[in-house]
Amino acid sequence: MDSTGIVIGFWALSAITVVSALLVLLARNLLHSLVFLVLSFLGMAGLFLTLSADFIAVAQILIYAGSISVLMVFAVMLTPLASRDNGNSLYLLPGLFGGLGIAVLVGFVAIDTEWAEHRGAALAESDFATTVGTVGQLLLGRYVLAFEIASVLLLFAFLGAIVLVQERRRGDDDASQDGASR
Amino acid sequence: MTPPGIPPIDELSVTLAHYLVVSGLVFGIGIVVALGKRNAIAVLMGIELMLNGVNLTLLAFSRFSSAFATGEEPLSGHAFVVFVLTVAAAEAAIALAMAVLLYRRRETVDLDRVNLMRW
Repeated sequence: MDSTGIVIGFWALSAITVVSALLVLLARNLLHSLVFLVLSFLGMAGLFLTLSADFIAVAQILIYAGSISVLMVFAVMLTPLASRDNGNSLYLLPGLFGGLGIAVLVGFVAIDTEWAEHRGAALAESDFATTVGTVGQLLLGRYVLAFEIASVLLLFAFLGAIVLVQERRRGDDDASQDGASR
Repeated sequence: MTPPGIPPIDELSVTLAHYLVVSGLVFGIGIVVALGKRNAIAVLMGIELMLNGVNLTLLAFSRFSSAFATGEEPLSGHAFVVFVLTVAAAEAAIALAMAVLLYRRRETVDLDRVNLMRW
């Protein structure tokens, strides 16, 4: 873990991640902040790689930087131009205090605690060569029930999304529910 | 000459605390985005950032405690992250469908103007 590449990689990737997360907050255009969100996801995937979590890093790139951001682009495009700014709400100040408080608290605890962690040689010995096989065995072994529940949850979420955005075409009997039926 | 106070780079090492600080920062920024933005989609971006910070924490603990146990024990963190990814995808799909629906009915995705349930 102490190799130079890991150290440089960690600092560069965490800088990318945190700065682009900040730019999500600061960008004025919603599409720009979406682009910075994707950049932050990619930096996070790189951080996962430095933690030798190759499967999760690839899954992060596929799911977050790929599909979720495309979903968000669709949602931005389906809403009007007028609401494409990235304005702040009434709760910005409480949010700032809450976020700053949490970040400072987590940072303080993380730095101040004597973690029972391994470093140096012991850590290098426990490098995962690849995690895919073991994660697969865990998912279909010990956590098989949670895995099945998660897949059912995903199925129902997508069915629910389809049902929610479906346009109703029959008559105007639910026009009052639909608002301007389009 | 390296300046005093900064050790040469081959003595630097990345520890668990570094990753925890980064994940705390990302989580805090996510909270600010989720609470402080008017647009429903921007709020969803904040929630995704928070989930990412949690994922980083889980993976960091999984990595740095990997020298303790043998076998597949330390990779439980990875399995948890897989579940978090699944739930995040489901939540993104539902939330974006709700944003589109909200726009259809109320002509806005501005959350300050969606005050139907305000007292």
